[in-house]
Order: sequence, then structure tokens, then C-alpha cells
Amino acid sequence: MDPKKLRYSPTHEWVDVEGGTAVVGLSKFAVDQLTDLLTIELPKVGDRLTAGKSFGEVESVKSVNDLYAPVSGEVVEVNQALADDVQILSEDPYAKGWLVKIKVDDPADAEKLMDHTAYETKIASDDH
Amino acid sequence: MADPTALKTPLFDWHQANGGRMVDFAGWSMPVQYTSIVEEHQAVRRGVGLFDVSHMGRLAFDGAKALDWINLVATNDAAKLEAGRIQYSLLANDLGGLIDDILVYRLAKGYYVVCNASNRERVVAQFQEHREGFKAALSDRTADTAMIAVQGPSAAATVQAISSVTFDGLKYYHATEAKLLDGVAALVSRTGYTGEDGFELIVPAADAAKVWIGLMDAGAPFGVVPCGLGARDTLRFEAAMPLYGHELTDTTSPFAAGVGWAVKLDKGDFVGAEALRQQAQSPGSTRVGLKLEGKRIARQGSSVTSDDRSLGLVTSGTFAPTLQASLAMALIDPEFAAPGKKVVVDVRGKPEPAEVVPLPFYKRPRPQSQT
Repeated sequence: MDPKKLRYSPTHEWVDVEGGTAVVGLSKFAVDQLTDLLTIELPKVGDRLTAGKSFGEVESVKSVNDLYAPVSGEVVEVNQALADDVQILSEDPYAKGWLVKIKVDDPADAEKLMDHTAYETKIASDDH
Repeated sequence: MADPTALKTPLFDWHQANGGRMVDFAGWSMPVQYTSIVEEHQAVRRGVGLFDVSHMGRLAFDGAKALDWINLVATNDAAKLEAGRIQYSLLANDLGGLIDDILVYRLAKGYYVVCNASNRERVVAQFQEHREGFKAALSDRTADTAMIAVQGPSAAATVQAISSVTFDGLKYYHATEAKLLDGVAALVSRTGYTGEDGFELIVPAADAAKVWIGLMDAGAPFGVVPCGLGARDTLRFEAAMPLYGHELTDTTSPFAAGVGWAVKLDKGDFVGAEALRQQAQSPGSTRVGLKLEGKRIARQGSSVTSDDRSLGLVTSGTFAPTLQASLAMALIDPEFAAPGKKVVVDVRGKPEPAEVVPLPFYKRPRPQSQT
């Protein structure tokens, strides 16, 4: 996945919509902020996700953090390899470290999220 | 966003320039980590790490009655201290709860008390409230000094490299005055909060950066890294050292928390003595170690049960980097305190099976010949 072509939520999830399906992940910035990842809890196939609502959590030594759905839809696939070994997320957040694939309610929803440039600007200002 | 009123230690600029992630802690802006809590933790277990602990309160006591004053307010018996020795002690309230845990240093002249940053004002207030006309003076030296902890198996070699005097004979919980680098006056103690060999250095605030950089250079052959509050917490946790606000609180009995040994009921009257005498008979709960089956962390406040019977609460929990397990400390019903007992911990709504295990979780492999 090319990070430059993804859309981003303010809570650092990325989304890649193709046709009616979206791949959802967590940005490298967020992963680097978390550090020392321990576990990840992901939803099940068939679960409904609602944009802006929590759909799982990622726990590090330091803290527990909710994962928020960037768009609404139904879970069609879960990254089981990641659920078994959360280190994959640290190593490869934009490819092997994807979280879930969802059948989106409205593919246009992703257009409302930040593009890469807007997201980079946001994290640069948050970092101070 | 950072609190603009947060206090800064003399090393604040160094932390910011060197990747320290600054957080507000007890009114101070402190680094929680530089790279990774686990990496910093392992550096201390294997080599050496530096911690800025300048946020800790440093109070100097002088005068003929300084000892009487300290012995009235703190629970341990400071009269037993010889010059150059350090003692762990507690400040209790009238009900036998804890105001803070402290270290009392007896110096060649006078005493020194190191207390928690979060409690410094309460500690000073407690001493002032029980002044009782003692001929003694308390001066808060926190702002004009800095404190650096050097911890790990290579701590001694690191500190030695910046001093002309030898620390070979400096035993655990002893302190000495020394000159560092080109003559910086330091109070050097063999103390720490990590479960490893280590030192804490109190130096003038103006010299703090120079000493810190000197230690970073001296520790380079041993893989020295700067460490934040995150690693400080996981290290003290593995060593089962209590942390105020977690294992120790306003309403926790020192006998339940496992620090009753620092309460000397036979030393004469002191604040909280009457309540503590009663607690000593039946503390109500006991501090235990728990090992969870899964990796999720049982953080402070998680409830501990057995067959739906409430046993108590988790005081601290983390994923222990050295032991590679999700561990917790909890204050629970003494009936369930025996290692091997099976309990259930509620981790954010999900029951997680756990077993009572002995404390401390971690003991350094070969304690050096210190007493």
C-alpha cells in the first residue's frame, strides 16, 4: 500500500477503498507513538462498524488505545496473522499489518477523510 | 497538550533535544521514554541506564533537634542511622494511612529526606504541622539541585569513571559526598528504584547537564541509554517496589502493602502510631503478585475475584519485559495470598485467569557483596 494514496482519520486509521471494499489499517505515526505493542483485539467477520466508533483495541506496555472505524460497513475479513502476532503492525503497518477489510456502506465516505498531505500536516502540528 | 505551568528540571532541554517524549507528571514535564520502554528497561537489566529524577522532592534538615522532628513524623527509627547511612521510611496520617514513602539520609551534618514529587508539598506541610518548637530547620532543596539515577550492572563502572574517589566500599543504602568531573560537589548514594545495582547523584542544578553528559560519555562502553518514567515504572514493578498512588495510598495500611517493616511501633510516640498499632494486628489485606495467563495487562483498579467472591483490587500491572509475562500486584484477602492460588482478574470487562505468584517477580541474578 502506498501511504501517499491512502485516506486518514483524525484518530490515525488509514483506509484504502477499491470498489465497495475498504482495507483499514493504522498509520506508521500512530504505531511509532504507541511503541512496545503487546496485543490487538479485532472484530469478527460479519460485525458492523460505524464510522467514528471503536471496533477494537491495541495495547502497548504504556497504554490501551481504541481503534476507531474510519468508515461504516460490515467486516468481511480480519487479519488473523496480525491478531496472532501484533509485532507485524510495528514492522509493516501499510501492508502485512492491515487490520480488517470491510464492505463499505458508501464508498464516497472515504473521500471525507484526510488525504496524505492533510494528514502529514496534522501530525506535524500535533507533535508539538 | 503540555501544561505550560509544568515545572522543568535542569535537564529539560537535553531531554527535548534527544528525543525524550515529554509528559506532565506530578506537576513536572518529564520524559516518559526516548525510544522504547522495553529497550530502555533491557539496557538497565543488562548494562546501564540514566534517569532524571530531579522531580523528586529533596528536603534538608538541620539543627539540634532534626532527628527528633524526623522521628516524630516518620515511622521508621531514624535514631538507628549512623552518618552516611540511608533508611526507607513512611509518613503516616493520624488514621494510619500513608502520606508518602521517603528515604532518610543521615549526613555528616544534618539529615536529608527524598520524597515523591507528587507528595512534596504534603510532606513539607506534614513536617510543619508537627513542628512542636523543635530547634531545627527544613529547607526545600528541590529547585536548586538535580538528581540523576545511574542504574544497572555497569552503573558502578560508569559513576566511577567521572569521579576520583572510589565507590567500591560504598554499600547499598549508604551515601557519601564526592567530587565529580572537574570538581562538581555531589551527594552519591547507592540506592535506586530498579532492582539493579545503582547510584543516585544529587548535584547543584547548574551542573546537572554537565554531569549527565559526562555519565552518557562514561557509560558509552556499557551501552548506556537515557531512560524515561515508563522504564522506571516497569523496572520497579518487576522488583516489586511499591509506588505511591498505587501500592501505597492515603487509606492503605503499610502492613497490608508489605512495608510494615518500616514502622517501628516500639520507638516512642510518632504520628499515626496508635492507628498503626491496631492495624499491625489485622491488616485486612495483603499485597500479592499475580501472573495472568494471557498477555493483556491488568491495570490499576481491576478487580480480583474467586468464584464471584470479591478479593480486592489490582494496584499496578504491566507486561514485564524481563519475565515476558503479564503480571500484576494486588491488595487482596489474605486467605488467597498463598502462591499457587487461582483467581480471576477483570480486565476491562473480560475475566482473565491468573495465579498468585511470589514477590518480587524479579531478583537480580548475582547480588553484589552489599548489605
